[in-house]
Order: sequence, then C-alpha cells, then structure tokens
Amino acid sequence: MRFEGNAHRYGRDIDTDVIIPARHLTTTVPAELAKHCLEDLDPEFVNKVQPGDILVAEENFGCGSSREHAPISIKAAGVSVVIAKSFARIFYRNSINIGLPIMECPAAVDGIKNGDKVSVDADTGTITNLSTGESFQAQPFPAFIQEIIEAGGLIERTKKKMGAN
Amino acid sequence: MARPMNIAEKILAAHAGLDEVVPGQLIECNLDLVLSNDVTAPIAIDECRKITDKVWDAEKVVMVPDHYTPNKDIKSAELANRVRKFVREQGISHYWEVGCVGIEHALLPEQGVCVPGDLIIGADSHTCTYGAMGCFSTGVGSTDAGVGLATGRAWFKVPESIKFVVDGELKPGVTGKDIILHIIGKIGVDGALYKAMEFTGSAIRSLSMEGRLTISNMAIEAGGKAGIIEVDDITRAYVEPRAERPWVEYHSDPDAEYADVIYIDAQDIEPTVALPSLPSNTKPAAECRDIAIDQVVIGSCTNGRIEDMRQAAAVLKGRKVHPNVRCIVIPATQQVVRQCLQEGLTEIFIDANCVVSAPTCGPCLGGHMGCLAAGERAIATTNRNFVGRMGDPTSEVILSSPAVAAASAVAGHVALPEDLD
Repeated sequence: MRFEGNAHRYGRDIDTDVIIPARHLTTTVPAELAKHCLEDLDPEFVNKVQPGDILVAEENFGCGSSREHAPISIKAAGVSVVIAKSFARIFYRNSINIGLPIMECPAAVDGIKNGDKVSVDADTGTITNLSTGESFQAQPFPAFIQEIIEAGGLIERTKKKMGAN
Repeated sequence: MARPMNIAEKILAAHAGLDEVVPGQLIECNLDLVLSNDVTAPIAIDECRKITDKVWDAEKVVMVPDHYTPNKDIKSAELANRVRKFVREQGISHYWEVGCVGIEHALLPEQGVCVPGDLIIGADSHTCTYGAMGCFSTGVGSTDAGVGLATGRAWFKVPESIKFVVDGELKPGVTGKDIILHIIGKIGVDGALYKAMEFTGSAIRSLSMEGRLTISNMAIEAGGKAGIIEVDDITRAYVEPRAERPWVEYHSDPDAEYADVIYIDAQDIEPTVALPSLPSNTKPAAECRDIAIDQVVIGSCTNGRIEDMRQAAAVLKGRKVHPNVRCIVIPATQQVVRQCLQEGLTEIFIDANCVVSAPTCGPCLGGHMGCLAAGERAIATTNRNFVGRMGDPTSEVILSSPAVAAASAVAGHVALPEDLD
C-alpha cells in the first residue's frame, strides 16, 4: 500500500490524553472522536489535516492510557500513516490491531519537517520526503505482525484462524 | 533443563504451554482473566461480537464500571448500560454494580479475583498493578480485550526484563509512591519501553502490599509492559484470606538474564513529586515548597487504598484544609470506604473540610468529581500529570504521595508533613 500526504510534525512523549482527552471518551463513534483528534496538543490540527496526511513524531508516541479511542481518532481524522522514532507499547498494539499503519524510523523523523510532502510505501517500508528528495528505510514488521496487518487487523486474523481450525 | 528464566518469562512460558521462552519471541498464551471498564468494554464487546456471540469463559471475564460512575451524564450512563446489558446476557460473574464497585486495580487484589502466577490482560493501562502480587498483567486496547473475551487468548512478544534492586532502609515518610516516582525520574517515561520491570531488594520487601501495588501500578508510566514483585510472606498473608482460586508462585532463577540491573540506595530516595507535565519530571518535594495549589486529590488506583487513607488522615488530623484549596478524598473501594468509617478516618477528613467521594476514577483522568479550570493547579496522588489530564489543557497536575498531598492541602502549596505547625 502507498500513501502520500503532508507531514504534521510533533515532539516526543505525545500521550493519549492529548490525542483524545478523556472528556470525549463518552463516545465510541470514530467520526465523533476524529473531531477532537490531538485537541489538547494542537487545536488547529483537525482543521489542517487532509485525507492521507501523515503524522510524524519523535520518541514514545502514544504513551499513557490504553484507550483505543486514540488510534481510532487518528485514523478517522484521515491520517494515513504515523511515523515515529518509537511508539508506546499499547498504542503500537492498538494501531496494528485496528489497521492504522505505523512505522518506526528515527532517520525519517529527523529528515522530515512540518508541512513536507511525504510518500510511504508500506509494503517495502520506504519513506520518501518528496519536498527534499530524501528516502528512508523503516524497520520491517516481524512476520507475525505482518500477518495481522495483511489480514486487515486482529479481529479478521482471529476469525480467519478460527475458521481454519 | 530449561534455560534460566525470570518471573515474567516463566509466567509467559507456562501460559504458552512451553518449557522456555526467550526475549523477542512471539507467542500466543492462554489468559487467566480479561478485564475491561466502562470506557473500554463497550468497544471490546463490539469487537468480541464480530467473532462470537458467547464469551470464552464467563467466570474469567471481569468488567468494572469505575471510570465515570456513578454516571456523570447521559452519554456515560449509556456506556455503563451497554456493559451492564452484556454482563447480564453473558452471565458474567465478576461485575460490580454501583454500591459494590470500586476502582478496578484496587478492587481485584482486594477481592482475591487475581492471584499470583496469573496472566492477565486488561483494557486499562494500569492493569500492570497486579504484578505486585507476582502476576504478569498488562494493559492492552479494546480490540485485544475483545479477542480475549472471544477466545481467552492473546499474543505477546516476550519482553526483556530490567531488574530494579532497591536496598537499604527507607527514610521516614518515604513510601511506595516516592520509590516509583524516583525510578521514573531516573529512567524516563520510556525508560522501560517494551520491557518488563522487576522490583526487588530489601526496601521493596519491607513494603506492605499497598505500597507494592502503588509501585507496580506506575510501571506503565516508565513504558513498562509489566511491573513484577516476587511473592513472599507479605504477599501470601494478603492473598491467603482472599484468593478465589489456587495460585502458583514463580521465582526468578539466580542466573536469569536481564537487559539491565539498576541498583538504588533506599537512602537516596526523598519524598518526591512529579511536576507538570510528565511523571518523569521529578523533584524532591522539599524543593517545591513555593508552588501554590488550588486542589488536592487523594485517591485513584495508585493511592486509594486503606494505607493511603491512613497516611493522609495522620497528616490532616486536627488540621484544616487551606481556605484557597479544595481537597477531594476518594477511597478506592467500598471496603476502603467502610474501613475509613470504622477507623474514624472519614471524620478526620470531614473535620478538616475535605469532601469524601464515592469510589471512582473520576478526577484522575479529568472525568468528573473534580475537573480543573483553566490555569488551575492540583497536587494529586494519581498517576499521570499530562497536559489537560485533570481538566482544562492549561491546568496542571503535580503527583505525590498521600502524606505530601495532605500536607499541601493544609499549607496551600506543596509541603511536607513536617512543615505543618
């Protein structure tokens, strides 16, 4: 799969409370959650983001609460892929499970500025900064996780596996 | 003969049906409990229904409506009702209605629902709390929990472990909260990312179960996957009268491997606070005395147990909360509420002009029962001080032990108990 969009770049330790504050956790509707995505970090984000845009952040993206509402709100806001230097563990699992593409690539994060046009080939792990022409290679996923992604998320993989047994 | 393993590896291996596991290995495990709450269960239930109409084992499913209960508004009441209807439909036994319910991570150990040796996933990041009882328990999202509800299984990457050895005698007034804040301050909020933390040493062993649960509770604040403390006589004395099931004790082999071993002298740990806006932004409380506060929260899954209430009451006894401060005391479970009444702690809180609330996560996550206005600052015994955590994005939270929070309530600024007249 290939994605292309503008980069929205943020710092380190972006926690799930600023991604989707608890005052909005009384809904589970993705489109509702999307309206408040990153509200306490950058209130303008939801007005700026275009379908396909790419979130870029430093270390430990998605730390804190286990709320799946966080990756759901990012996905529903139209973000195609999140690139970070590292992800907090639960956010990492949640993203894989719900089918939000994520990539760990410190070099790409250092090589992308806010507003740069970026393309991502999720199959090869190649990230290209179209504004500078620079290319970066993300860590490939372990085969087991690739299997979840290819199945379309953990639910589909589980159904497939149960059907096979 | 299997390779030497630590507690985390032994529990994961046992639940994967393997003789041994190595860090980095991807495994699928059988779960002892699958936990969720009124915020995360509704999504988990929807995901579970995509797979099956029936949970895998109604006895092993735990649903605790604790975040927005007693419900703060219609939307939160609808969430709680989705959980309640599912619980009735499925015959789920581990469910507590308002009047019986408490904060999940205080309730499960207290009621003997989790026991040593368990492998537990919970759709709440502070599920790591039960590591204090020798469990491998870890927070997951709603989809993992939903698959857990449907199948009783979850996938894990076997984590590397970091051992924290805290040796020596703790200074007076230093609690489990101060130890874990000290550790997070030292290693950072991703210092244990993807790794299991194992806490040991004479200072850890000297703590009550309450103090240990506080330490394991905040493992996630260092990015940890689990926060494990070996079972000893203190654990056994706590578990024996409560355990619903037989339990298994796992002990690390003497030559088990660790990614790192960090030695901490107990004498180096001061009563510690974490300043806004990360739990790793720690300082000795004594260096923060000029910071004024508007609100105090004493409670949460971190510090809402009876020992925490006793420590706060010891400071508040015969004193009054500063007129510029609201002090909100939230015993974490109904049993703690009852004990506070029986021990006269509730009267001490009321005499001091604290408000004593029903058990709820409430203000810890800015849910209800004490949200902060723009520019306000709280000191709280909770676990996170992220931007906007307790209310408006310009409000601030300082994390501390119950004794420091109580002293600050009286002083109107960050204070230690010995600062008070």
